[in-house]
Amino acid sequence: MAELVAVIASTHHPFYYRASTSTGDDRPPFADEWVRKVEAFRETLTKARPDVLVMVGSDHFHQLWLDNMPQFLVGKAPVYDANFHNEEREFGLPRMVLQGQEDLSAHLLRGGLDAGFDLAFSNELRIDHSITCPIITLRPQNDLPIVPVYTNIFAPPLPRPERFVQLGRAIRALVESWPADRRVAVIGTGHLSLELGGPRQFGPTGPDPEFDRKAVRWIGSGDIEGCLSEVTLDSLHLPGNATHGFMDFMLMMGVAGEGLQADYVDTYDLFHTMEAYFTWYPKGGRP
Amino acid sequence: MSKYLLNKFLFTVDRDAELVERYREDPRATVTWWEEEYANRILNCVTGESSTWLRFDEAEREALATHDYVTLFEMGAHPFLTLTLFIGLFERDHPPMGFQTEYARRLAHMSLPYPDIAT
Repeated sequence: MAELVAVIASTHHPFYYRASTSTGDDRPPFADEWVRKVEAFRETLTKARPDVLVMVGSDHFHQLWLDNMPQFLVGKAPVYDANFHNEEREFGLPRMVLQGQEDLSAHLLRGGLDAGFDLAFSNELRIDHSITCPIITLRPQNDLPIVPVYTNIFAPPLPRPERFVQLGRAIRALVESWPADRRVAVIGTGHLSLELGGPRQFGPTGPDPEFDRKAVRWIGSGDIEGCLSEVTLDSLHLPGNATHGFMDFMLMMGVAGEGLQADYVDTYDLFHTMEAYFTWYPKGGRP
Repeated sequence: MSKYLLNKFLFTVDRDAELVERYREDPRATVTWWEEEYANRILNCVTGESSTWLRFDEAEREALATHDYVTLFEMGAHPFLTLTLFIGLFERDHPPMGFQTEYARRLAHMSLPYPDIAT
């Protein structure tokens, strides 16, 4: 059977690529410390020596559109082209090509459907920065095959937070039942408090630092119950209008397990959002 | 009112570099053209299988024709789509982050709950 060797939850910040590669006067003052933190975070994945990555993210109205919007979708393709015109334009992200792990995609789809998740699938999926950002930060050599899992945190009606947690638990069980002698890491990215296209966007901190502190505590301590007792689809409007992306963190808490402290936690306050990085090593400890 | 159609305009213009420039230079003519030629296209169908029923109301048409992102927000257009397209249109005219902070300031009168964005 496959072994789940790391569970990683992270924010995905599309400005990281440009900030970390800029030089001279173009290099923002927060870049050096950001790079240092990301490289330390990267080491937590490297040490786990994964063979395959399951990547949880959310399409930002790139390929998926309101005329046919899936709630949860698993990519099943041998190859994924990545990044879109407006991500090149706004963030300077490069076009990328990732290899797919199609047999694990098939296993997640079959097992997910049988477990009661009516997963959509795509045989030709172009992935966006919710998945390429963690490749850039955590595995810049881009040498591992992936299975992309997309969630709808964007286009209401959305699934409820509980459903994200349940799907995370199911993904874990399915990875651990994949009959292949491979080391799998599950990596998911979302947001803490975030506002985009509203009056609280691009402030000196994230729109709700108090929510961010609570969120980091919930995630870092694996407090799924506490998190679910406070977080609802309605409540997520309060910390910022794009904060429903926090549900991807909740999915990752489901993968990691109830009450399990993260083995690695780091945060970084940027001018309009807080970065947050978490790694768990399943089966009790470091690789 | 059709939040869906507003979003469809923002989405289809944003992903087409040539349309972004047309909308920047001549927004009213671009909106008129788009409503006639594009609004009813089903994006995953051939043109002979278009819809027949999608049109803007006057207020929506006017908000788009005047680049009025504040009114689009008030109408419940998807804030991410609006922001992304308008950054593509106007960020170039401002110092770094200048457009984004002005955008926030112009929406400062909005308080929670924000307009519903469900389509």
